[in-house]
Amino acid sequence: MSNSVLIAIDGSPGSDRALQYAKDRAKLGGAKLIVAYVIEWSPYSFNTPEENAERHMRREQEIERATSGVVAPAAALLQAEGIDCETVVQHGPPAETLIRLAEQNDVKQIVIGRRGQSGIKTLLFGSVAGNLIQTSPVPVVVVP
Amino acid sequence: MTKILSAFFAFLLLSLPARAGFDDTINELTAPIASAIGSFVFFKIPVLGAQLPVVVLWLVIGAVFFTFYMGFVNIRGFKHAIELVRGDYADPDSPGEVSHFQALATAVSGTVGIGNIGGVAVAVTIGGAGATFWLIVAGFLGMSTKFVECTLGVKYRQENPDGSVSGGPMYYMRKGFEERGMGGFGRVMGTFYAIGIFIGALGIGNMFQSNQAYVQLNTVAGGGLDGLGWLVGLILAGVVFAVIIGGIKSIARVTEKIVPFMAIFYCLFAIIVILMNFTSIPQAIANIFSGAFTGAGVQGGAIGALIIGFQRAVFSNEAGIGSASIAHAAVRTPEPVTEGYVSLLEPFIDTIVICTITALVIGTSQVADPNFAGEATGVAMTSAAFERQIGWFPIPLAFGALLFAFSTMISWSYYGLKGWTYLFGEGQMGQTIYKLIFCAFVALGCMVQLGPILDISDALVFLICVPNILGLYVLAPIVKREMTSYMARISSGEIRKFDH
Repeated sequence: MSNSVLIAIDGSPGSDRALQYAKDRAKLGGAKLIVAYVIEWSPYSFNTPEENAERHMRREQEIERATSGVVAPAAALLQAEGIDCETVVQHGPPAETLIRLAEQNDVKQIVIGRRGQSGIKTLLFGSVAGNLIQTSPVPVVVVP
Repeated sequence: MTKILSAFFAFLLLSLPARAGFDDTINELTAPIASAIGSFVFFKIPVLGAQLPVVVLWLVIGAVFFTFYMGFVNIRGFKHAIELVRGDYADPDSPGEVSHFQALATAVSGTVGIGNIGGVAVAVTIGGAGATFWLIVAGFLGMSTKFVECTLGVKYRQENPDGSVSGGPMYYMRKGFEERGMGGFGRVMGTFYAIGIFIGALGIGNMFQSNQAYVQLNTVAGGGLDGLGWLVGLILAGVVFAVIIGGIKSIARVTEKIVPFMAIFYCLFAIIVILMNFTSIPQAIANIFSGAFTGAGVQGGAIGALIIGFQRAVFSNEAGIGSASIAHAAVRTPEPVTEGYVSLLEPFIDTIVICTITALVIGTSQVADPNFAGEATGVAMTSAAFERQIGWFPIPLAFGALLFAFSTMISWSYYGLKGWTYLFGEGQMGQTIYKLIFCAFVALGCMVQLGPILDISDALVFLICVPNILGLYVLAPIVKREMTSYMARISSGEIRKFDH
C-alpha cells in the first residue's frame, strides 16, 4: 500500500497552514506528498463567444500562474526539507477533482486548509471541505 | 464633466417636441432602401400561384440534400449529441477548455432571440397556422445543415498568435477550398462571406432585435414611449457600447447567465398558457396540419405557408447562415465532427421546441378569440396572447425580450467583428470603428418600423446563405468522411466514454 498524502493548496493563509502540517507529518512518517492546486472551473457555465475564443489562452495563463506562484514554491520548500513530492495543477470542481486525484494516486489521506468563511456564504456556495468530507473515500484532515 | 452632462440632458429635454417627428423622418428615409434591397435578394419565381423567393428555395434544397447525404444525421446523431453535451466523452484529465456544453449554450443564446417570440407571430400572421408546420420541418432539416457547417468551423479554424481562435465560413471556405485545389475561388468566397456577415450582423443580430425590444417596452408602457424610439435606442446602444467597446464584461456575463433561465421561464409560462387554453388545443393543432397542406386563407395557399415557415425558421435558428460555426470554432477537440453533432441540437431547441411553443400560444389564443391581438403583429401579438390568460405577463416578457435581444446583439457583434477582422486584420483601431458602427445601428433599429427592418435583415442574412451553402456543398464530402471514420471508431470501441 502506498504511503502518500494529497495536499490541496491555493496560496491562501489556510492552505499555508495545511502545507506546514503536511510537511511536518510527512517528515515524521516518511510519506510522499502530492501537492495539488485545483483551479475552480465548471464545464457547465455560460460564456460569451469572446470568452470562449480566448479560453485556451486563459487556461494556459491560469495554469502558469498557479504553478509559478503557488505550487512550485511549495514544492521547493518541501524538497529543501528532503520530502519526496509530486505536483499537479488541474481545472475542475474542487472537491470532485481532489477525490479523483486521491483515487488515481492511491493516497491514504487528504489534507486541506480551512477557509473560515461565514455561514451564509457556505450556505450559498457550499464549502470545499464540507463536500470533501462527505464524499471522500479516504480520511480528510482539515487544518484550522 | 457633470456640467457638460447636465447641459446635454437639458438639450435633449428641450428638443423633445422637435424630436418626436425624428423617428418618422428616419422611417421615410429607410423604407425605400429596404424595399429595393429586399426585392433584389428575394427575387421571386411564381410557383403554383405563390411567389417563391429563390433564396428560400436555395436553403431548402441545401437542407434536404445534407439530410440525405449525411444519412439523416439529424435523427441518428441526436442521442450521441446529448451524450457529448453531457460530457460523457470528455477526458477528465484535460479539463479547463471550452466544453461542448459551453459552446452549445453560447451558440444557443446567440440564436434564441426575439425571432422566437416575435418572428413566429410574423409567420403566423402572414402564413397562417400552417406556417408552423413548415417551420418545424425547416428546423428539422436545418439540423443537418448546422451539423455540416459547425464541423467545418472547428476543422478549419485559425489559431491567432495570441492564443485565441477565429473560425467560421470565411476560414473554412478559404482553407477547405485550397485543400480541394480551388484556392482562388475559396478566397473570393471567403471575402464575400466576410462582407456579408459583417453587414448582416447589423440587421438580424442588431436592428431587428433592438426594434422588437423597443416595441415590447412600448406595449408595456401603454404607448408612453411613442415617438421616443430614438431615446430607447440611444440607451440600448449605450449599454451595448459599454460592453463591446468599454469592455464592461460583467454586463455581458450577467446576461449570458440570465438568458438560459429566461428561456426556461418563458417556455414554462408558455406551456401554462397553452394548458389554460386547453379546450382550444385540438383545434389549434388541427389548424396547423390542415393549414400546412391547404393553406386556407393564405396568399399562395400551402406553398405560401411553406415559404413563410421556412423563411422565419432560418431567420430564427440561423442554419445555413454559418454564424453558429463562428461560435463553435472555439472548442478544442481532436474530433471536429463532435462539434457538428452538438450543434445539431440548436435548431432543435430554437425552432422545434421554443418556436413551436410560441406558435401554440398564439394558435390556441386565435382559436379561442380570432381577434385577440387586434392590429398587433410581431412581439406585440405574442404578448397579447400571453396577456389574455396572465395579465401581468407582458412585463416579464418585455424584460425577457430585452435580455434576449441584448444577448443576441452581443453574440452578433462578435460574429460581425470576425467578418470585419477577416477583411481588415486584427488592428484595434479598425475593430473600434466596426463596434461604433454596430452601436449606431442598435439605436437606428428603435427608430424605424418593423416592416422595413425585416426586409433589410432578411435580405442581408439570406444573401450570405448563398456563398455559405455553396461552400458546404463543396466541402460536404470532407465532413462525411470525418463522420464515417468517427462513427466507425465509436462502434469499434476505439473512442469510449470516460468514467466520471
